[in-house]
Amino acid sequence: MTTPFRIWDLHCHLSGVPGLTPEERLTQLLRYADRMGIERLCVYMGMKWSQDPGPDDFRKQNDEVLRAIAKYPDRAFGFVTLNPKHVPESFAELERCVANGPMVGVKLWVAKRCDGPEIDPIIARAAELKAVIFQHTWFKTNGNYPGESTPDDLVKLAKRFPDVPIICGHTGGTWELGLRAIRDQKNLFADLAGSDPTAGITEMAVRELGAERVIYGSDCGGRSFASQLAKVHGAAISDTQKQQIFRETLRSLMLPIFKVKGIQA
Amino acid sequence: MNRRHFIQTTAALAAATAHAAPDEARIDVNFSTGSWPFRALPALDGGALRQRGITQAITGSLEAVLSRDIAGVNARLAAACAASGGMLLPVGSIHPGLPVWRDDVKRCRDQHGMKAVRLHPNYHGYTLSDPIFAEVLDTITQAGLAMQICAQMEDARTQHPLVQAAPVDLKPLPDLLASRPQARVMVLNANAAMITTSLRGCTSLWIDCAMIEGVGGLGNTLKSWPAGKLCLGTHAPVFYPESSLLKLQESDLSLAQTSAVTRDNARAFLGQATTLPGK
Repeated sequence: MTTPFRIWDLHCHLSGVPGLTPEERLTQLLRYADRMGIERLCVYMGMKWSQDPGPDDFRKQNDEVLRAIAKYPDRAFGFVTLNPKHVPESFAELERCVANGPMVGVKLWVAKRCDGPEIDPIIARAAELKAVIFQHTWFKTNGNYPGESTPDDLVKLAKRFPDVPIICGHTGGTWELGLRAIRDQKNLFADLAGSDPTAGITEMAVRELGAERVIYGSDCGGRSFASQLAKVHGAAISDTQKQQIFRETLRSLMLPIFKVKGIQA
Repeated sequence: MNRRHFIQTTAALAAATAHAAPDEARIDVNFSTGSWPFRALPALDGGALRQRGITQAITGSLEAVLSRDIAGVNARLAAACAASGGMLLPVGSIHPGLPVWRDDVKRCRDQHGMKAVRLHPNYHGYTLSDPIFAEVLDTITQAGLAMQICAQMEDARTQHPLVQAAPVDLKPLPDLLASRPQARVMVLNANAAMITTSLRGCTSLWIDCAMIEGVGGLGNTLKSWPAGKLCLGTHAPVFYPESSLLKLQESDLSLAQTSAVTRDNARAFLGQATTLPGK
């Protein structure tokens, strides 16, 4: 656990963290990140969430993320939260926060499953902007939310955009299923965040996908950094593979938009 | 921040906090042996734990969750732990739905020299409000043993669809323990919601940290839970043991809190201490 890996965290939120303002909350997150050796955080969604946010709501959440990352431009990246039920307004947010703003990625959550074509214009524009695309997914034994995507849904989307890298959030939670679901869809990447630190997840991800398609994330503040870092620190894989998962895979997905925006990282 | 300084600082912090000093005991209260039917688990033994800075582990058997030959499970557990040179402390399992379950309590204490036993109510088909649980609690307490109750083995969302077990409803525990001051009870794998609702104020029992989540989770828990009643528990090998060890690093715990969580409280639970820190 003491090897000085370079670590970027794909999956961070401003909820579940003490602080009255977005800036205070990111300050708190970074205090813990420093204790755990994490250099950079990708932050998305605001201080209060809604499963199906309207345009005013997701604009407000994005404003909060913009405020937070403005305070720590060398430590935090912002992803814009969109809702595919509101395509024109999502488009406008994409322009405001990514094309004309500092954000570098897109977050899609549980308002609408991603298997239908309604989401395609958002994906196409995000791809034009080189934004990193993140879609939440779960395979829940006890049932998904109505608008909650599964990795199978994401595979359908990914097949329509075979040249666009897309991150499979949580690897479907039930990772034995999620990893199998996305294995053959080479433009899909596995996010390790936000499930219990069950032994074997990372070993199977590396075996089935290769470390080049696996990304460390925490899902803090609801999750600890510790339990999610343990999935990589504790895995029976090489240090080279750990470093790939801790930073290199994510960085490789971000380099195109870094180049567009002139970001050195 | 200068990157080299950042890496040096955090690596030094990790080295300082993630490993126990040679003379410093670090006790894991939530370790298990045996196979798990739903997933191949890493082959962790006492040596593997010691490499991670754990000096002793209170050890149950995963076989006990579904096996009905509990006496056989407990005998195999005792043998495995005996071979560890004192590193693994066996806690047998008791299944009160089985015939002559009281014999298993006696065997655990008298034959295997165990100091505690472990229960899996949600896999063994009873609740804590059933009369049988109070009977088990009294039997175990009268035998001078401590009791671990496993609240859950894994996230209900990821369980095998044909073997779903909802987490144990812990709400009856505070009343049961209020009238049994001699009982030594520890709840394993309680999450933050259980601790702040069902177990709220029930500070005569111990909990472990394996499923306490949230950024800075241990520090946050200790704002409302006594430091004398929180223990290091890894839930290994189901979980990566690094998870709970890194939680100690993530929260800014005082030396006294760290000693309590990693060592003193486990000893108190086992009846090895005359004072209960933080009470």
